[in-house]
Amino acid sequence: MKRREFVGLTSLAAGALFLPNFPGFGGTLVDPARLLEPMMDAAVNKRLADAAMNAAKSAGASYADVRIGRYLNQSIFTREKQVQNIASGESYGAGVRVLANGTWGFAATNTVTEAGLVKAAQTAVQIAKANSKVQKEPVKLAPQKGYGDVTWKTPIQQNAFEVPIAQKVELLLAANAKALDNGANFVNSALFQINEQKYFASTDGSYIDQDIHRIWPTFGVTAIDRASGKFRTREALSAPMGLGYEYMVPKAADKIAGPAGTGLIGYKNSYDILEDAALAAKQTKEKLTAKSVTPGKYDLVLDPNHLGLTIHESVGHATELDRVLGYEANYAGTSFATLDWKKQNKPYGSKVVNIVADKLQPGSLGAVGYDDEGVKTKEWNIIKDGVLVDYQKTRDQAHIVGQNESDGCSYSQSWQDVQFQRMANISLKPGTQKMSVDDMIKNVDKGIYIAGRGSFSIDQQRYNFQFGGTVYYAIEKGKIAGMLEDVAYQANTQEFWNSCAAICDESDYRLFGSFFDGKGQPSQVSAVSHGSAHTRFNGVNVINTARKVG
Amino acid sequence: MALLSRDEAQAILTKVLSFSKADECEAALNGRTRGNIRYARNAVSTAGGSDNISLVVQSRFGKRSGVATCNQFDDETLRRCVQRAEEIARLAPEDPEYLPLLGPQQYLSPTTFAPATAAISPDVRARVAADSIAHCEGRKLSAAGYLEDGTRFTAMRNSKGLEAFQQSTTLDFSVTVRTPDGTGSGYAVADYTDVAQLDAKALTKVAADKAAGSIGAKAIEPGKYTVILEPAALVSDEGMFNRLMYALDAREADEGRSFLSKKGGGNQLGQRLFDERVTIYSDPLNAQAPGDVFDGDGLPVKRMAWIEKGVVKNMYYSRFWAEKNKKAATAFPSGFIMEGGTQSVQDMIKSTARGILVTRLWYIRDVDPQSLLLTGLTRDGTFYIENGKIKHPIKNMRFNESPIIMLNNVEAIGKPQRLGGNLVPPLKIRDFTFTSLSDAV
Repeated sequence: MKRREFVGLTSLAAGALFLPNFPGFGGTLVDPARLLEPMMDAAVNKRLADAAMNAAKSAGASYADVRIGRYLNQSIFTREKQVQNIASGESYGAGVRVLANGTWGFAATNTVTEAGLVKAAQTAVQIAKANSKVQKEPVKLAPQKGYGDVTWKTPIQQNAFEVPIAQKVELLLAANAKALDNGANFVNSALFQINEQKYFASTDGSYIDQDIHRIWPTFGVTAIDRASGKFRTREALSAPMGLGYEYMVPKAADKIAGPAGTGLIGYKNSYDILEDAALAAKQTKEKLTAKSVTPGKYDLVLDPNHLGLTIHESVGHATELDRVLGYEANYAGTSFATLDWKKQNKPYGSKVVNIVADKLQPGSLGAVGYDDEGVKTKEWNIIKDGVLVDYQKTRDQAHIVGQNESDGCSYSQSWQDVQFQRMANISLKPGTQKMSVDDMIKNVDKGIYIAGRGSFSIDQQRYNFQFGGTVYYAIEKGKIAGMLEDVAYQANTQEFWNSCAAICDESDYRLFGSFFDGKGQPSQVSAVSHGSAHTRFNGVNVINTARKVG
Repeated sequence: MALLSRDEAQAILTKVLSFSKADECEAALNGRTRGNIRYARNAVSTAGGSDNISLVVQSRFGKRSGVATCNQFDDETLRRCVQRAEEIARLAPEDPEYLPLLGPQQYLSPTTFAPATAAISPDVRARVAADSIAHCEGRKLSAAGYLEDGTRFTAMRNSKGLEAFQQSTTLDFSVTVRTPDGTGSGYAVADYTDVAQLDAKALTKVAADKAAGSIGAKAIEPGKYTVILEPAALVSDEGMFNRLMYALDAREADEGRSFLSKKGGGNQLGQRLFDERVTIYSDPLNAQAPGDVFDGDGLPVKRMAWIEKGVVKNMYYSRFWAEKNKKAATAFPSGFIMEGGTQSVQDMIKSTARGILVTRLWYIRDVDPQSLLLTGLTRDGTFYIENGKIKHPIKNMRFNESPIIMLNNVEAIGKPQRLGGNLVPPLKIRDFTFTSLSDAV
């Protein structure tokens, strides 16, 4: 499986050979200063795009879109007191997608000249015509008005590429020092930064210039008991965000106290990596002697930094229309939430479950002005009062569910990959009654509190899942009662969401997300956020994951 | 342009080194051309291809190093690329894990290139998809499949006299066949060096038979069962076999954070951890699954035993960790070979009183690195075996199992098949742990 989600820093930093091949972090390695050079001139791009679209139409296309993209990235990896790797990358080129004989064709080129784009457009039409021979039904596009010349930019305060590398390295090494000073044996930390400069033009009359930024600081702290041979790791409680370097500058207003007795802190639009690294080291040591969980049914209180991926896997992927229809059957899988299932109006979740899709939330990974087929982004309901009401769609899918508007879910990881339907931000709406996490816990008699990202596995139709976190606490008679280990919960998506009993209020709401979500063949990544507040699920099956080997 | 001959590549690299003013310089050219076709719901959905070639230059001043890349090869671009690597190196901090570049090495002659694969045209891909779709349409089934072929070369050269070149071809085909009502699903997967070995119709028939045969699956109680894991269940989707082999890292073990760490310190090299019938080695000259003859550092890949008769015979030592621990550095191979016998999956079914045949395991994730406990689910063809015969299809289940425990519970090892560049046999395993049922088909 080439689904290269980020699977823990320990294995990541073991050596160059084990470095996962992060999609989106390729391109030509460049001098960091180049990441700040302006390169994309909208007037030039417009001329090139017009040439490509005219060539496509002359060759017989009924529709064409052009994406000229400059994809910039920088990653920094450290362990303990040393830098392991710093790489700055750039990828620049153009992709042309056309409809000819009712069939899609796509071609890309890194020769960003009029001749280069014209040739790509002609190749795309040839491919479309060749594939139309095995086409069963012509592609039907939802109508889309042209927007003319428009721009959109992630509302960042500081471009992360403007911050000197030395300063970023210093911050990561300071976080490592905090972890080591507080008892960690090992610590790996990393900072990922992305800037997508995208120019989109289509024969509908849109010319869209966008500048999109994302950032993700993270670490893994390991503590070891040499005598017993036991080791434990605690991952960072940061979130990947659609923000600039301001995310790395902690602000008191962005901190939300976690449950009393845990020392945990939730982070909204800024992150305190030093504080979290120190706490992580203490918690990792505590994990070495924490009580192993007794399997059984528990009420779960899930931290937004954990619940985000549960939402991602059990609602986000299940409601992608291409999966529902079978286009991902050979790889990512299909979905239980078929068109027939939806017609039955069965409860997806309890009445308090309201899940929205959007590509608008400030600070979210999915926030853009327009998607990769020129559709202005919006917010819409996926689950309303516990019932599935809609899916996530692109222009060529809307008609299949009787709609005449795309949701703006088209995305490609680069200029050289064809755009297709990808997940929007999928978020659980906060509760309407005032409730803090301590208010929630005080009503739990026998439960487990779970924070952070751990092991996430779900079947190919999104029924059966098993999820874990990075830190667990027992809840007994309304209070946190010490740390637990070896915890994972197994559930069925519908049973789980129907066991949703309470959601904290808006003041507790924050974003989590996935920086490297994989889908498609050849596989492409996308980044997507999931907002939620602390949420309670009653009577969930918890297993003990400890095994004795050797 | 994406593919260069040895002489063309080495000529560019020689020129690159001539521009270097650094203490040490290493340059590598990587080129790849790929093509693919994807289909679903019995129609082609996407088709495409890409060509790419890039030069990587690493320059070193003392213990400081810098890397730069470019994808054009005129003198001026090459010179600028070398200069940039040198500028970055001068600004870089000293690397505490610095080691001098390798000198000249002796490599085996690679056997990874098949001209027929390198010559695949879009028509060939379209025909594979059309044949696969036609078989399924004829049986009122729905096919979703993917074919990708690629040709690749790597050339290296450095200022210490190292010179290396290899080229390879690969072809990967997979198909999932489903019944129109969504109650049955089957899967087949294969990969080759030479396209001449691909029989997409036969593979599609395997997947189609499994789809048709898995209608009406019955639920059985989760628990410990004897399983026959087909090679795809062990290897595809980053399977249990791959994860075990990736975990043989000496540094992680010595640092105390691996299942191979020893209580009190050190690692378990030389310990018997698996059933004595378990032997896993790598051999870049294997006829069925040939592999790379050098790794990214330029270290020669040779035949090497990793697990021999259940004993951990070698672990992966990076150059740095090997030097620090006075061991030989080990190149990481591009594939592994698990020794097996002559039994087919059918033979293994015949000798099974009660058990489960597993086609594919999916969404496999680490649960506990301490025990290498993994979780995931069966998918696309799971069947109950009774008295030597397939009795009926069963509903999919989630497993929680460690490959360490699994390879201590070996009942039988079948005839190895190539998958993902490895040679892996079907395995019959007792007491394989399933923990819950899934409604997924």
